[in-house]
Amino acid sequence: MEDFEPKIIAFLCKWCTYAGADLAGVSRLKFSPNAVPIKVMCSGRVDPSFILDAFAKGADGVLVGGCHPGDCHYAQGNYKTLRRVKLLKMLLKDMGLEEERLRLEWISASEGNKFREVVNDMVVKIKEIGPSPLKMEE
Amino acid sequence: MSKANIAFYWAASCGGCEIAVLDINEKILDVIEKANILMWPVAMDTKYEDLKKMKDKSIDVCFFNGAIRTSENEELAKILRKKSKLLVAFGSCAHEGCIPALANLFNKKLIFDRAYQETETTVNSENTLPLPSFEVKEGEIHIPEFYDTVKTLDQVVDVDYYIPGCPPTPNIVEEAFNKFLAGDLPPKGAVLAPVKALCDECPRKKKDKMIETIYRVYEKEADPEKCFLDQGIICMGPATRSGCGHQCIKGNMPCTGCFGKTPEVTDQGAKMISALASVLAVENELTLDEKKVEELVSKIKDPVGTFYRYSLASSFIKRKVIK
Ligand code: SF4
Ligand code: SF4
Repeated sequence: MEDFEPKIIAFLCKWCTYAGADLAGVSRLKFSPNAVPIKVMCSGRVDPSFILDAFAKGADGVLVGGCHPGDCHYAQGNYKTLRRVKLLKMLLKDMGLEEERLRLEWISASEGNKFREVVNDMVVKIKEIGPSPLKMEE
Repeated sequence: MSKANIAFYWAASCGGCEIAVLDINEKILDVIEKANILMWPVAMDTKYEDLKKMKDKSIDVCFFNGAIRTSENEELAKILRKKSKLLVAFGSCAHEGCIPALANLFNKKLIFDRAYQETETTVNSENTLPLPSFEVKEGEIHIPEFYDTVKTLDQVVDVDYYIPGCPPTPNIVEEAFNKFLAGDLPPKGAVLAPVKALCDECPRKKKDKMIETIYRVYEKEADPEKCFLDQGIICMGPATRSGCGHQCIKGNMPCTGCFGKTPEVTDQGAKMISALASVLAVENELTLDEKKVEELVSKIKDPVGTFYRYSLASSFIKRKVIK
């Protein structure tokens, strides 16, 4: 499993985390290329079914990135996201998937470096636990 | 006009769906007037051999209830598919997996260990387990193989229509029979029930929900006038198709979701998680630490059994990962 490169689906809100990821890019920060970014208008737009669908299709991890509490462009989207992710984590645990595979982070437009650290850290942790068992099922 | 040929079959089911056919009471006489029943395990003795001898497509409509749990279930699904012009998944087990599919939280080995060894009342010192084939002095005998994973009917064969419910309610069954016998059918793949969510037809008083704690049904006597969710009792109404006549709601019990998801939803549990996340109340969000949210959601003791009681087999994840 040495050459295992985790595939991480990253749902990033347009106003904060996507801009943060952009900043990481324009600042030419070097980091793991494993996260596939999907731009959404708000982390609150990330329906639980998107996350489950990503796992069912073989994602090794899912990252949801939103604005810090209080900073959501739509006032409350990220609060809903927090509850959804907590509920989903409970569900995924019962379905036998490791907790590290789903991660929610608040990353602002100025936190390019935080984005880099989060992605790197997720890649390291998922490499430790290995490929998603759902990928091997089918 | 010649009579239509219809058949019923049960796979991994409790038998309730076979009986549900009779819940339409005397209307069954109208059905018999217009149709020959070729097979109906709960009421008639039809041998598999007789079924195999029938010509392909000689059954006009086959109502198949039960999930696919064993090789026998799968084999019969395939035979009935060949023999039938229309194959209908009848009831929640065939439609979405239902209660039998909650066994997808385990696998064959865990289930056998529990059933044949560990239960408090089991004495099995020789560790006798069902084997698919076994040699006796008369020759080799075979029993069906027990699968690790329970599947829905449409995960093993092509299905034309679905009738939801655990079991389907008499109004839904009667309407479906009328449609089939009159040949008045919606496009292939349709679920023969209304498209709206149960909340849309629910008579209970609703307010802007903000629930501060979650109760299990036995922990609180529900006010029969008010929306269950408003009272902190999880009700699957927002994520469940209507058409049952809100029977459970009328009996002062929350909906547990047996009619399955509405057409625009891909995963019933995900839909309910989304709905529930929007109504969990948290005052002063800014200072709220994650721990409080965790405390609130940890009141849900059985997330899979709550959100996927009837739809685990047809959900995105389908079964628990067991290493
Ligand atoms: S959540 Fe349940 S009780 Fe409330 S409106 Fe919907 S179906 Fe009715
Ligand atoms: S209220 Fe829900 S659980 Fe009860 S019969 Fe209707 S769909 Fe099924």
